[in-house]
Amino acid sequence: MSSTAQAPGAARTAPRRSPSAPPPSFVWSRRVFLTLLTIFVLVPVYVMLSSSLKPLQDVSGAFRWVPSGLTIRPYIDIWSTVPLAKYFVNSLIVAGAATVCSVIVAVFAAYAVSRYRFRGKRVFTVTVLSTQMFPGILFLLPLFLIYVNIGNATGIALFGSRGGLILTYLTFSLPFSIWMLIGYFDSVPQSLDEAALVDGCGALGALFRIIVPAAIPGIVAVAVYAFMTAWGEVLFASVMTNETTRTLAVGLQGYATENNVYWNQVMAASLVVSVPVVAGFLLLQRYLVTGLTAGAVK
Amino acid sequence: MTATTTNAADRRTPHSGGTGRAGTGQAGPNRPRLPGRLRRVGLPYLLLLPALLLELLVHLVPMVFGILMSFKELTQFFIRDWTSAPWSGFDNYRVSVDFDAPIGQALLHSFFVTIGFTVLSVGLAWLIGTTAAVYMQENFRGRGILRAVFLTPYALPVYAAVITWAFMFQRDNGLVNHVLGDQLGLTDGHTFWLIGDNSFVALLTVHVWKLWPFAFLIIMAGLQNIPRELYEAASIDGAGIWQQIRRITLPSLRSVNQVLVLVLFLWTFNDFNTPYVLFGKSAPEAADLVSIHIYQASFVTWNFGTGSAMSVLLLLFLLVVTAVYLVLTSRGRKAADV
Repeated sequence: MSSTAQAPGAARTAPRRSPSAPPPSFVWSRRVFLTLLTIFVLVPVYVMLSSSLKPLQDVSGAFRWVPSGLTIRPYIDIWSTVPLAKYFVNSLIVAGAATVCSVIVAVFAAYAVSRYRFRGKRVFTVTVLSTQMFPGILFLLPLFLIYVNIGNATGIALFGSRGGLILTYLTFSLPFSIWMLIGYFDSVPQSLDEAALVDGCGALGALFRIIVPAAIPGIVAVAVYAFMTAWGEVLFASVMTNETTRTLAVGLQGYATENNVYWNQVMAASLVVSVPVVAGFLLLQRYLVTGLTAGAVK
Repeated sequence: MTATTTNAADRRTPHSGGTGRAGTGQAGPNRPRLPGRLRRVGLPYLLLLPALLLELLVHLVPMVFGILMSFKELTQFFIRDWTSAPWSGFDNYRVSVDFDAPIGQALLHSFFVTIGFTVLSVGLAWLIGTTAAVYMQENFRGRGILRAVFLTPYALPVYAAVITWAFMFQRDNGLVNHVLGDQLGLTDGHTFWLIGDNSFVALLTVHVWKLWPFAFLIIMAGLQNIPRELYEAASIDGAGIWQQIRRITLPSLRSVNQVLVLVLFLWTFNDFNTPYVLFGKSAPEAADLVSIHIYQASFVTWNFGTGSAMSVLLLLFLLVVTAVYLVLTSRGRKAADV
C-alpha cells in the first residue's frame, strides 16, 4: 500500500541516484542507523550546553538530564576564573595569522606545481606530503630547542611568543593545503590562464585574476582546514607558550583547581570557544565538500 | 631577501633550462609563455621557496636535529646548549629497545596499546563514515541538516570536545555512569573510566567520535565523482539498491579509500591531543599511547635523548608501514585494473 503511493512521490522529489524508490529494507536500516548516529554525535553537545547552564551543585552531584534550575552565572564567571578573553585573543591572532600565511604560501606552491614543469617537482611534492607522517612529538623536542637557541643567539623570541607558534602552525596545514590546491588548480582549464597570458598578464596576474577566483571553493576549504588545525592544536601550545601567550587549548585547563573542577564553567567556556569555529565551519561546509571533491579526492 | 631568491633561481638555471625547454616542446601551445629565460625557469622555484623554507625550518631541520639528539646524552642540564651534550652512541636506542628493562618494557607496551587503538579507531571511523555517506548519497528530507550535525564533532576544537567527554566519563557526576548504571542497570554505576582498564574504551570512544566525520566528509566527496550513468545503467539492468552499493559504490571508492585509510592511520597513530586532554600528562597504562609516552619521557622526566631515540624508532616504523601499504595497495589496484 505504502510502496505504491511512495514510488511516484519519491521519483518526483529527487531521484539523485536510482530512478526507482529505495526498498523498505534500505529506508528502515537507514533510519535506524542515522538515528543512532545522531544520538552518539549530539549527546556531548547536549551535555556541554545543558551543563553550562547549571548551578555548581548540579554539576557536582550525580548527572541529571534535566537541570534543576537554569542560570547564566557560569557564562559571567568564566571570564574572571581564568583570563579567558586574553587566551581567546591569543588563539585568534595565532590561528588567524597562521591561516592567512598558510593559504598564501600554499597558493604559490600549488600554482608552481600545477602549471610548470621543473626539475625536482616530484621530490618536492613527495617530501612535503611525507612530513604528514612525522609524529609531532619527533620534531617538538628539536623545534623547542631550536627556538630556544635562536632566541639565545639572536634575541628573536620564537619560544614562548605568538610568532613561534604561528610559524609552527602554518606548516602543519601546508602539506594538505598544497596537495589539495594542486588538484583544484589542475581542474581549472589551462586555456583560461593561457588566454590571460596572451592578453599580456604576467604569470602572477594570471594566477590572481584567473586561477584564484576560479578556485575559491578550494581556497576556502583550505583556509577552514588551516584555521581549525591551528585553533585546535594542543601539544605545541602546551610546550611553546607562556603566561602571556597561552592559547585556549592550554588555558581551558585552568578551570580545574586542586580542590574542585568548575564543570559548569568548563562547559560554558568550551561552548564559547566552540561557537565561532563551528558556526564558521557549518557556513562554509558546502565549500569544503566541493573543494575536496575537486581537489583531494580526484 | 631579493639576493637569496635571485641566487636560488640562478643556481637552478643550468638544470632547469633543459627540462623547461623539453617541457615546452612536449606540451606545445599548452605551456604558458613567459617573457625572459630567467623568469621562465626561475619562477616555479621562486613560487615554491616560501613553502620550502618553512618546511625546512619547522619539519626537516628539526627532524635531522632530532636524529642527532637521539645519539646524545641529552638531559635537562644541556637544554641551554644541546650541541655540547656528550655523545652516547646507540645507548638511547639500546635503552629504548631493551624489553627486559622497565623503560623498554613500557615502550613496547605502549606500542602495542597504540597498535590496538589505531586498528580499532581507523576501522570503526571508516565503517561509520562510509555507512553514513552511502546512506546519505540519495536525497531525503532533512539530509542537509543531518550532514551539518554529523560534521559538528570534526568542527569542534579538540580540547573543548574532549573536555566534555572527560566530564561525561567522571565517576560520580558523569553521564556515562548515570546512563549505564542508574538508568540501564548495566554497570553498578561506580565505574572508573579515566583510570584503569576502562580508560582504553573511553579513549577509543572519544577518538572515534572525533574522527569518523572526516571519513564521512572524504567519502561524501568521493561519491560525487561517481558518474550517475553507472547507476542508471545498473538500475535498467535490474540491479537493486544493495547490489548497486556493492557493485558500483564500494568499488568506485577504492582509490579514495587508499588515501583515506592511510591518513586516518597516521593521524591516529600520532595522535596526542585526545589522550592529553582526556588524561593529562601521564595516561593510565591501558591507554598509554606512544606519543604521550614519549612526551612523558622527554618533558616530564627530562630525558630528551631517550625521547628522541623513541621518536626516531616511531618514525622508522611509520615509514616502513606506509611504504608497505603503498606498495600493497597500488599492486592490488593494478591487479584489479587488469
